[in-house]
Amino acid sequence: MLTESNIKLPIYMDYQATTPMDPRALEKMLPFFTEAYGNPHSRSHSFGWDAEEAVEKARAQVASLIGAVPKEIVFTSGATESNNLALKGVSRFYKDRRDEIVTVVTEHKCVLDACRHLEQEEGMKVTYLPVETNGLVDLDRLREAVTEHTAIVSVMAVNNEIGVIQPMVEIGQICREKGAFFHTDAAQAAGKIELDVNAMNIDLMSISSHKMYGPKGIGALYVRRKPRVRLQAMINGGGQERGMRSGTLSPALCVGFGTACALCEADMGKDNEHISRLADRLYKGLTERLDDVILNGDRDQRFPGNLNLSFSFVEGESLMMGMRDVAVSSGSACTSASLEPSYVLRALGVEEEMAHTSIRMGIGRMTTESEIDYVIATIIEHVNKLRAMSPLWEMAQDGIDLRSVKWSEH
Amino acid sequence: MAYGEKVIEHYENPRNIGSMDKESSDVGTGLVGAPACGDVMKLQIKVNGDGIIEDAKFKTFGCGSAIASSSLVTEWVKGKTLDEAGEIKNTKIAQHLALPPVKIHCSVLAEDAIKAAISDYRTKSEVVEVVSGARELVSEQAAE
Repeated sequence: MLTESNIKLPIYMDYQATTPMDPRALEKMLPFFTEAYGNPHSRSHSFGWDAEEAVEKARAQVASLIGAVPKEIVFTSGATESNNLALKGVSRFYKDRRDEIVTVVTEHKCVLDACRHLEQEEGMKVTYLPVETNGLVDLDRLREAVTEHTAIVSVMAVNNEIGVIQPMVEIGQICREKGAFFHTDAAQAAGKIELDVNAMNIDLMSISSHKMYGPKGIGALYVRRKPRVRLQAMINGGGQERGMRSGTLSPALCVGFGTACALCEADMGKDNEHISRLADRLYKGLTERLDDVILNGDRDQRFPGNLNLSFSFVEGESLMMGMRDVAVSSGSACTSASLEPSYVLRALGVEEEMAHTSIRMGIGRMTTESEIDYVIATIIEHVNKLRAMSPLWEMAQDGIDLRSVKWSEH
Repeated sequence: MAYGEKVIEHYENPRNIGSMDKESSDVGTGLVGAPACGDVMKLQIKVNGDGIIEDAKFKTFGCGSAIASSSLVTEWVKGKTLDEAGEIKNTKIAQHLALPPVKIHCSVLAEDAIKAAISDYRTKSEVVEVVSGARELVSEQAAE
C-alpha cells in the first residue's frame, strides 16, 4: 500500500517549465556572490581576472556539451533572448541578400512571435511549415520551402509540449545544401539528448540554463565561426560577448550554468536511463488501469521525460485541480487566459475536445519511483471520479458517437 | 489559477451527481456546451404534479468552475417552481462562487442548462397533454 510518509508533497512534475537546481551547481556559484565578486570585464586587477577565468571555464563547459569551441558561445539571459538574437540578428544582417525565414508551427511562442515581428515590421517573408500527426516536420516540405533566398531555418530540437525530437541531422543537411543558416531552439534538448553542432550542421543554437538544472536568468546562443555566421546585435554597449551581446556577465550565473552543462554531459547516460525507466513505469501504470488514454506526439522520436497524455472525457484543468499536490501542466484551454486549447496539439491534428483533456507530465533527474507511484494512484483516482461525473463518458459508454451529437457551440 | 473556496468545496463534494431516465415524462433534460469548447453540462430536473422541481441531477465535463456551477444550480433549483428556476441568473451563480472574469462563461452555461431542462420538460408535458387529450376524445367517441 502506498503511504505518503516517504514522499514529500507537493510533487514536482513540470520539468519542461523549469528544473530544480542541481545542488552541485549551486555550490560552485556561491563564492561568486560573496568573495569572488569581481567584474569579469575588469582588466586591471585580480578580482576581474578571477571572475573572467571562471566565466571562460563556464563557456568551455557549455561549448563541450554541444561539440562547439568556447569562442562560439555567447551568454544571454536565456533561451528567449537567444532565439530573438538568432532570428533578428541574422535577418537584419543578411536581409539584403536573403529575406526569407522558414520555421514550424509548433515552435515556442518566442520564435513564432519574433518571426511575426520580422514579417510585419521588417519585411521578412516567413514560411510556417505544418507538422505531421506525430508532431514531426515533413522533410520533403522543408526541402521545398528552403530556397536560395532563405536566410535562416529555425526548427526546435525537442518540443516543449509533447517532447518529440525533430530530425536534426537531415534538417542540417538540407540547410547546408541551400546555404541557409540552421538555427535550433534547444532549450528542451540541451543536456538531455546528444547534440553535436558539427554532425548536425547547426549554425546557431539556443540553450537555457534553468531547463537543465542550472540557475534561472542565463542561457547561451551558439554562433558558428566556420563558416562564420554574422549577426546584428540587439543590445549595444561595451562590446562584450564579441560585440554580439553587450552587458556585464554574471560570473555566478555563468558558473552555475557551466557546471550544470558539465554535469549533464557527464551524467547523460545515467539520467536518461533513470528518466526512461520512470516514464515507462508511469505510462504503463496509467494505461494498464485506465482505458482511452492517448499519448500525444510520436511514440519513438521523443525525449522520454515529457509524457503528454489525453485522458478522454476528462477536462484537463479539472483533473489538475483534483491532483493539486502534483505539479503538472495542461493543454486545456482553461489554464490560459485565451480559452484556446494548445496550438501545438491542434497543429498535430488533435481534435479540440482531445486537446482539452491533455496533461503534460515532466520527469527529471530528481524524480523518484515512489513519486511516480503516487502520481499513478492519484491520476487513476481522479480520472475515475471525473469520468463518473462526465456526461461524455456516460454517452460513450451508452454507445453514442459524440461526433453525431449536435452540440451548442458557445 | 487559484480557485475560490466555494469552487473547491463544490468540486470536492459535488452535489447531486447522476442521471435520471430522460424518457420519463416528469423529467426534463438540458444538455448544453460542446466538447470542443472544453465544457458540456447535462442538467436534469424531476417535476412533481404541482409543477415543483423535486429533484435535480447533473453531469459535467469541464473545469472546476463548470463543475461547481452545475453542482450549485442543482441545489438551487430544488423546491422551486419552473418559473422561479427559470429566473436564476448567471450573475448570481458567478457572484456566489466568486468566479473570476475568465470563468464567467461557466455560470452562463449553468443558466443555459437550467433553461434547456425546463424547456425540455415543458415540450414533453405539452405532448403528454395533447396525447392524453386525444385519448379522452377517442374514448368519448367510442362510448357514444
